Amino acid sequence: MKVTILQFPGTNCEYDTQHAFEQLGATTEIVWHKEESIPSDTNLLVVAGGFSYGDYLRSGAIAKFSPVMKAVKAYAENGGKVLGICNGFQVLTESGLLPGALKRNDGLHFISKHHHLKVENNDNIFLEELNNGDVVNIPIAHHDGNYYIDNAGLAELQANKQILLTYTDADGSVKNPNGSVESIAGVCNKEKNVFGLMPHPERAMELILGSDDGKAMLQGFMKSC
Amino acid sequence: MITAIVNVSLKAGVLDSQGKAVHHALDSLHFNGVSDVRVGKQIVLKLDTDDKAQAMKDVEKMCEEILANTVIEDYKIELI
Repeated sequence: MKVTILQFPGTNCEYDTQHAFEQLGATTEIVWHKEESIPSDTNLLVVAGGFSYGDYLRSGAIAKFSPVMKAVKAYAENGGKVLGICNGFQVLTESGLLPGALKRNDGLHFISKHHHLKVENNDNIFLEELNNGDVVNIPIAHHDGNYYIDNAGLAELQANKQILLTYTDADGSVKNPNGSVESIAGVCNKEKNVFGLMPHPERAMELILGSDDGKAMLQGFMKSC
Repeated sequence: MITAIVNVSLKAGVLDSQGKAVHHALDSLHFNGVSDVRVGKQIVLKLDTDDKAQAMKDVEKMCEEILANTVIEDYKIELI
């Protein structure tokens, strides 16, 4: 299992992501955004979190034009598995690989804390290790995590079971930290090979750090390859 | 030389949290009679051309591709 992790100027979660996947037994490679191709043995491509290009203009807006993104698009269109975490999710929506957009949090504050999430649809390789309705405890750390999609887009997400996770309390009741439509924390594309979420499963790999619920989430990818 | 002024703002149906916060601040400063506030951003471009039609076409393309995210934002272009 080979996990390729993208690195833009301003990315800051690439080493956490590398550590998390290596802990699960994967081999990893960090790829600089100026590269025009990605390793041919890649089983999963991760767009890691951070603040690519300082979030200038909009979060993820400038990263989508990095040379490597053409290769990422081609990889995704050929059915390759892509995961965007936090800023990676923003990059994937800006690139059009995932539907919707991420706006400034409703409360206007940067939010950094553990938050509960409910599994909405496990009918995909990412969350197949979990059951629908399961509640996991995963850190969030974002300023622009307010997921927006229009009503027609939302209906499509629901019909195709593309909503992966929603923000809840520990009991699984809706608790929306940032104003996201339907409290959405993560979605996938219609073909279910491109995944994006604002929370950081790679930061929830050790009980001593507050939660290891991220393991079950990332483990899904390990099994599928 | 043409200057293009691009105003980017959230679409009408999309909640503008920053606008709401500014509205609230205006209220607390007793500026009454403000019914709505929208916050956007302005991008000013200097273009090496005198052809307004071409300039408009170019800037529209820039807006669609990068300057605005048309999922949530509208843009207005003014050429001077």
